[in-house]
Amino acid sequence: MIYVNGSEQPDAANVVALLERLGIGAQARGVAVALDGEVLPRSQWPSVPLAPGTRVEVVGAIQGG
Amino acid sequence: MRSKVADTDAARAGARDELVLADRTLPSRLLLGSGGFTSFELLAQAVTASGTALVTVALRRIDPQARGSLLDVLEGLGVAVLPNTAGCYTARDAVSTARLGREALQTDWVKLEVIGDEQTLLPDATELLLAAEQLVADGFVVLPYTTDDPILARRLEDVGCAAVMPLGSPIGSGMGIVNPYNIALICEHAGVPVVLDAGVGTASDAALAMELGCSAVLCASAISRAEDPVAMAEAIAAAVHAGRLARLAGRIPRRLHATASSPFDGMPDLG
Repeated sequence: MIYVNGSEQPDAANVVALLERLGIGAQARGVAVALDGEVLPRSQWPSVPLAPGTRVEVVGAIQGG
Repeated sequence: MRSKVADTDAARAGARDELVLADRTLPSRLLLGSGGFTSFELLAQAVTASGTALVTVALRRIDPQARGSLLDVLEGLGVAVLPNTAGCYTARDAVSTARLGREALQTDWVKLEVIGDEQTLLPDATELLLAAEQLVADGFVVLPYTTDDPILARRLEDVGCAAVMPLGSPIGSGMGIVNPYNIALICEHAGVPVVLDAGVGTASDAALAMELGCSAVLCASAISRAEDPVAMAEAIAAAVHAGRLARLAGRIPRRLHATASSPFDGMPDLG
């Protein structure tokens, strides 16, 4: 299990696979990802494995400020 | 008494009197918050009516079902996007959120907000300064939302912020500028642009900010929650422009006694 935006989800190999499964897609503009509180640059989305138990935050821009 | 900021700004921008913020020259002195608009269409119309070139956005968890195209809307309007750290209570969270914003939006600009509590949404001075210092060291162009404290404004400038953005009154309160003396003091001493951020309720508040020496005004609720947001965007843009012109024109001093504008010499004797 991994934790994606606060909910339990099945494991995913990496961020690219996870975003595809969520229907967001790895090409989506305006998206950032943090693993256990640390930003993971887009260039590393395909290469860094998601260990079980990882807290993944997937964020984007909304109206505000 | 003119602030050195207003004069330097005007000189650098030349006859067009554009706003120079860090390495960017902006054609409008009104910055717009995108929060509170009930639709993208209304937001787009307000952006156009305001003439703004810089619009803030917040960062939140993505809902795959409800993904809109806010960025597409803003890009289509040709305005730059400024991510904020709204909702952060600690320097640590604000720094992390700023980094997410940089990654998501490919900009190293950040509107830094670190609030102290939910009721007032007032900035937490110590956390704010700490976050500002860390973000500047990390290469960000930091635009901090701050209290109207002239000393804190100076400290933020000292750690390398590209502007200081004091509140006129609490976010969304619409109470205008409750301490114009502090805003004037901040403008008088600042070596970076001062942007009045938060508290504007209507056009006259924005004009006053500019007359006090601010380089720009950032508005969200005053426009987005007005009865007619598009008309208010136009009104506040006009007020920012009028206030700026008045500032550069140099107002007359306030006096206790009247000063006649018609001469007394040459009065006819009508006795």
